Amino acid sequence: MDIAGIGHYFFNLDIIGKSMNLLLSGLLVTLQVAFFVILIGFSTGLILALLTTVRMKYVGKTLKILIRIYVDVLRASPYLVLLSLVYFGLPFAGINFSTFWATVITFSACLSAFIEENIRAGIEAVDSGQTEASRSLGLSAFQTMFNVVLPQALRISIPTLTNRTVAITKALSMASAIALPDLLKQARHAQGIFANPSPLIAAAAIYILLFFPFVRLIMFLEKRWRYDH
Amino acid sequence: MTGFAENFFNTEVIARSSHLLFIGLITTFKLVILSVIIAMILGLLLAVLRNANRRWLNPIIIAYTDILRSCPIIVLLMLIYYALPFINIKLPAIGAAIFAISINGSAYYAEIFRSGIEAVSRGQHEASRSLGLSYIQTMINVILPQAFRIVLPPLTTNTLELIKGSAVASTVALSDLLRQAMQAQSMTMNATPLVVALIVYLILLIPLVQLIHYFEDKSKAEA
Repeated sequence: MDIAGIGHYFFNLDIIGKSMNLLLSGLLVTLQVAFFVILIGFSTGLILALLTTVRMKYVGKTLKILIRIYVDVLRASPYLVLLSLVYFGLPFAGINFSTFWATVITFSACLSAFIEENIRAGIEAVDSGQTEASRSLGLSAFQTMFNVVLPQALRISIPTLTNRTVAITKALSMASAIALPDLLKQARHAQGIFANPSPLIAAAAIYILLFFPFVRLIMFLEKRWRYDH
Repeated sequence: MTGFAENFFNTEVIARSSHLLFIGLITTFKLVILSVIIAMILGLLLAVLRNANRRWLNPIIIAYTDILRSCPIIVLLMLIYYALPFINIKLPAIGAAIFAISINGSAYYAEIFRSGIEAVSRGQHEASRSLGLSYIQTMINVILPQAFRIVLPPLTTNTLELIKGSAVASTVALSDLLRQAMQAQSMTMNATPLVVALIVYLILLIPLVQLIHYFEDKSKAEA
């Protein structure tokens, strides 16, 4: 092990400075993808959860089973396998996505499956007496859901929701494997240019600095809003 | 429609690439089983050490878990496989993958086991200590069995995530299932190998998802 080389090869400030532009452009792409994934994934998951829990005559049993299959399959699929299928496999069916949108679609779908699970669990955890009471007070199914049940359900599931969302955002860096110009890819690119892994170390540091507050936040939320049975 | 079946469910392509995919499957098995076991043991050790509450040890363990939980697995893997050789630490692809996935997983398991240990009532600990059991004996015979049962749901979920994350090993030239599928795909100009790889992963992992459902239903019934 070359200890003397650590300074030159891992913490070379000169090279890190030169590659900052590249790294920051990569960070921007990462944040953009994360934004869309969270937006689309969360709203889709919420809608799916509502569809599975609401008891309305328009929402048939087959739909609920289909959603269940969707959720189970997406929860069991490795991200990179799905991503490769969407980016490399779909073109065989004539569907071509850019690396950006292939990443967004794949990870939003995965996130929506997790969100659906969590929100549904939260909704089911809200005492059924709440629903019965509000229905007998004359509130419609919609009003019951949005004004009574959902706020309580979300409060219960927020720690797990943030946990899953952060986990998916971390997993986004896998998209560098399909050449998405995110932070990791740009760092590897810079490493190739300068023949020095310091940009990679800098990228890792940026990731850690980015996610560390969220990891702490999740710990805080789980401690504070622990659902005691 | 026939074009779809030809491009995604082509039996001839499956037959031609089956040996390639099989090699990948074996490698994936080795990778996953070793990584999960090492990660769990390491995580358990860290949780027990953390619970012992030594002043000088706690900051180290907290730093370890926080940093490794904030770092994406692929970044860690890239560091170990592409950066370490610059200071003359060259690990083979499978060694690097197992190392990266294990230490990343150990940080998550450490947190899970820690919350399980803390959830076991303090009275248990005090009672067994006053009965003369040492700290280690208390841990192994009294606290850990209860803690394990408590955290079984998040434990399975985390293991599922670990196994799903192991597919990144394909990016560092490890011949796991995904990588072999990608090679077969470029060789045969057909997307079937990728579909097969996904189906194999589903066959392996959907039972785990069902197990998670079972635990969720159980805890709901107990509530």
